[in-house]
Amino acid sequence: MDGTILLFLLQDGITNGAVYALLGIAIVLIFAVTRVIFIPQGELVAFGALTYALLEAGRLPGTVWLTLAFGALAFAFDLAASLSTGIDARKLTRSAGLTLALPAALLAVTYGVAGAGFGPGVHILLTLALVTPLGPYIYRVAFQPIASASILALLITAVGVHLALVGLGLVFFGAEGVRAPSLSELTLELGPLLVSGQSLVIYAVTLLAIGALWFFFERTLWGKALKATAVNRLGARLVGIRTTFAGALAFGLAALVGALSGILIAPVTTIYYDTGFLIGLKGFVAAIVGALASYPLTAVAALAVGIVEAFSSFVASDLKEVIVFMLIIPVLVWRSLTQPHVEEED
Amino acid sequence: MTSPPAATHAQPLRSEAPMTARSEAALPPTTAGGPQTEDQRSIPRGRLKLPPLEPCIAIAVFAAIMAVLPLVPGVPLFAITLIGNIGLAALVALGLVLLTGVGGMTSFGQAAFCGFGAYTTAVLTTTYGWSPWATLPVALLVAGSAAVVLGLLTVRLSGHFLPLGTLAWGISLYYLFGTLDILGRHDGISGIPPFSIAGHDLTDPRTVHYLIWGLVIGAAILTMHLLDSRVGRAIRALRRGQLAGESFGIDAARMKLVVFVYAALLAGLSGWLYAHVTRTVTQTPFGINAGIEYLFMAVLGGAGQIFGAVVGAGLVTVLKEALQRVLPQVFGHGVQLEAVVFGILLVGLLQVAREGVWPHIAALWPARGRPVPPDAPALARRGASAAPSEKLLVLDGAVKKYGGLTAVNAVSFAVGRGEIVALIGPNGAGKSTTFNLITGVTRLTTGAVRFEGMDITGAPPQEIARLGIARTFQHVKLNPEMSVLENVALGAHLRGHAGVLASMLRLDRRDEARLLGEARRQIERVGLAEHMLKPAGSLALGQQRVVEIARALALDPVLLLLDEPAAGLRHKEKEALAALLRSLRAQGMSVLLVEHDMGFVMGLTDHIVVLDFGTKIAEGPPAAIKTNPQVLEAYLGGVA
Repeated sequence: MDGTILLFLLQDGITNGAVYALLGIAIVLIFAVTRVIFIPQGELVAFGALTYALLEAGRLPGTVWLTLAFGALAFAFDLAASLSTGIDARKLTRSAGLTLALPAALLAVTYGVAGAGFGPGVHILLTLALVTPLGPYIYRVAFQPIASASILALLITAVGVHLALVGLGLVFFGAEGVRAPSLSELTLELGPLLVSGQSLVIYAVTLLAIGALWFFFERTLWGKALKATAVNRLGARLVGIRTTFAGALAFGLAALVGALSGILIAPVTTIYYDTGFLIGLKGFVAAIVGALASYPLTAVAALAVGIVEAFSSFVASDLKEVIVFMLIIPVLVWRSLTQPHVEEED
Repeated sequence: MTSPPAATHAQPLRSEAPMTARSEAALPPTTAGGPQTEDQRSIPRGRLKLPPLEPCIAIAVFAAIMAVLPLVPGVPLFAITLIGNIGLAALVALGLVLLTGVGGMTSFGQAAFCGFGAYTTAVLTTTYGWSPWATLPVALLVAGSAAVVLGLLTVRLSGHFLPLGTLAWGISLYYLFGTLDILGRHDGISGIPPFSIAGHDLTDPRTVHYLIWGLVIGAAILTMHLLDSRVGRAIRALRRGQLAGESFGIDAARMKLVVFVYAALLAGLSGWLYAHVTRTVTQTPFGINAGIEYLFMAVLGGAGQIFGAVVGAGLVTVLKEALQRVLPQVFGHGVQLEAVVFGILLVGLLQVAREGVWPHIAALWPARGRPVPPDAPALARRGASAAPSEKLLVLDGAVKKYGGLTAVNAVSFAVGRGEIVALIGPNGAGKSTTFNLITGVTRLTTGAVRFEGMDITGAPPQEIARLGIARTFQHVKLNPEMSVLENVALGAHLRGHAGVLASMLRLDRRDEARLLGEARRQIERVGLAEHMLKPAGSLALGQQRVVEIARALALDPVLLLLDEPAAGLRHKEKEALAALLRSLRAQGMSVLLVEHDMGFVMGLTDHIVVLDFGTKIAEGPPAAIKTNPQVLEAYLGGVA
């Protein structure tokens, strides 16, 4: 393995790692706020990638129907809850606006945009707009009703959501794989290394997204509310932060980050309806290194996962996944040894 | 998730008295002890009720139905095949029931263990020409060894990290199966010979049916025996946290590993059967989706319920078959929608019926009241102490620091033989931390603990228990679903010997009768005889504290550590408790207790140690402590 290959693998690893970092951060965010280990994060990535690639190909993405369906389901839950507690017309109208009117409007816009020759910028915005609402809808339907259940019950629910989303991905996007054109045709020559414009876009967007999340958490009231919920749910409620809102917000942010990651990788690799699971799990490996709590540690670990993956695909491509996922075991053991389990006093 | 140590006893002292009063008022009126049977709790009223059914009869009936089924004319072949598949899945689900429902661990990776069993026999029979029967021990050995290695790595993981670990190695192994040349890579291994008996191949689903269900029923019986034994109690105790079990000598990590390997062996057995039933093996059925499906079966059937495994496996397998037939006709070809249905069902199940299906089926029959165990020969008592001249327990300059906070600061005191010593002090004084330092739950920063002249500084709770120190907890740590009897029998764990195999084969009955007999004696001794068979969680909090004392006595301790034993007790109950402790003292037992009820403490103890902010501020006989100005200062904030 000479220096050029080494550098190339390193660059490849960092590119993938940057995307895993975004996912890992989204996973940590959801866990911190809601205690949900959100296995389906990868599906949101796949949906983002498929939506963007289909829009670029001038086709109507199945996401419009998916969002419409999930919105309707979320409304049904809101309606049922409202019926059992007494109807609050204002709340219900707001819910209808967010869960019924919004997806319908998105459907109309997408009809207008798809195939009308708009550029990547519009397609990116539309993709983000289509996928992001899925987060809060999923939270409303699957997790909000059991928000106080054990982490284990929430995890099993997350696995159920994963199963459902993969299947729905097949229904709404079909079995064929798609790939989007590159976001930038630029190629930079750095010594022996060719750096593609796409990689540069990925680095830039990842850094921007991490910066934006930092700003959100440190400088905005909503961000601080989320942080407060993460630290102490009961305390947050006592000072007037609705944990339901915090949960929906966290899921919305995670879906946004997922869609963004999807757009970033759509030009790099062919995406199928079920590609997201493995990508998401690599974000998980990183999130676990960060103990599902530390954002910076997660980001660094994600880069390490990307690099290990790049090198193992060069050295033993067949065993790539085996190596990447076995990586998690020593990490978990180290975690459990450094953080002795303290029994929760009830 | 970890709270600072001070947070658990953060209430100021003066709130204590009214709190106690309130919890006393909340107790039911003093009619306690009307004979109540187990039947009264779990059966929903107004439902269909069937005559009582002994489990052994139920199993016999089920076995008879399974035996007759293939012989009934008109039962189509595909139905028999389907029932065979249910049996294969039920074996794996049975392991998960034990792992998840009973042991409190969750695995998404059980399908990989099926893979170990299936691939082992596939390679041995096709490449090396072994007989399918001969490969069974090897298949189990491979699956079991893999489980030992993965288990050693992963069962230590706490909470949600374990299932994530199983997810990771589940995926990893799936790819490994499809990569190795010896396993036929992605094509897998075909041409696996069927089972055969005396030259007759068992290729007909109707004949292999007997093998599959014979093994399922056998495994269910062995598992039932295992759960209803000394080892089973230890396993069941895992679920509600490890500390209580460890304080009675249960090696929690080892118990977890035992359960993990047991579940893997059942999965391996299923894989071995599968290979010779389908006669071809590929990586697909051993992937993470299959692992999720097995977990779904266990949750649907009712995690923790042995028969739930069969019910869950049956429902999921039949549903999957039905969906695979119906859905393509509705939605066109090629689209596998069953994952969507399973996903939605799983999400819905956790929202509306987390306990699963089996408890609802079981409710059709009246709950079976277990008899009070008969009197059994007493267990051997602990031998006399080796160094009777030394003080029993000596705490020498014990210091515990949490970062910058010193919870216990150079505390020294001793407990003599046949003495009742009280540890008192305002909340946050470091009393419970001192308890934890003695019992090995928390490690000392500096200082030493000696017991019977032996240095026990830093010894784990299991070792401390073995030496004869038994404890109760400030926050009751009983398994609320287990009966009082079983909870107390857990205390006698170290005095029994039966292991996993003996328990499964029911060779443990003499040992078990003695343990239960001992538990019964201790329960009668503390005056809770009429509550013996009730679930511990149904007792009032004060009574649960007394159950903890009975559990501690079942250890046959030399030293009893009681953390607020009188909290939540009514006046009469406190008097009874004091009388009990006096009689224990008269028999030579030593007691160290933390208590806030000063009347209780002053009238009972020989010696009192007062802590304030982690420092010992006084010690001496009750009369001296009552008038000690420093003690009054600490309690009342200054002498008037």
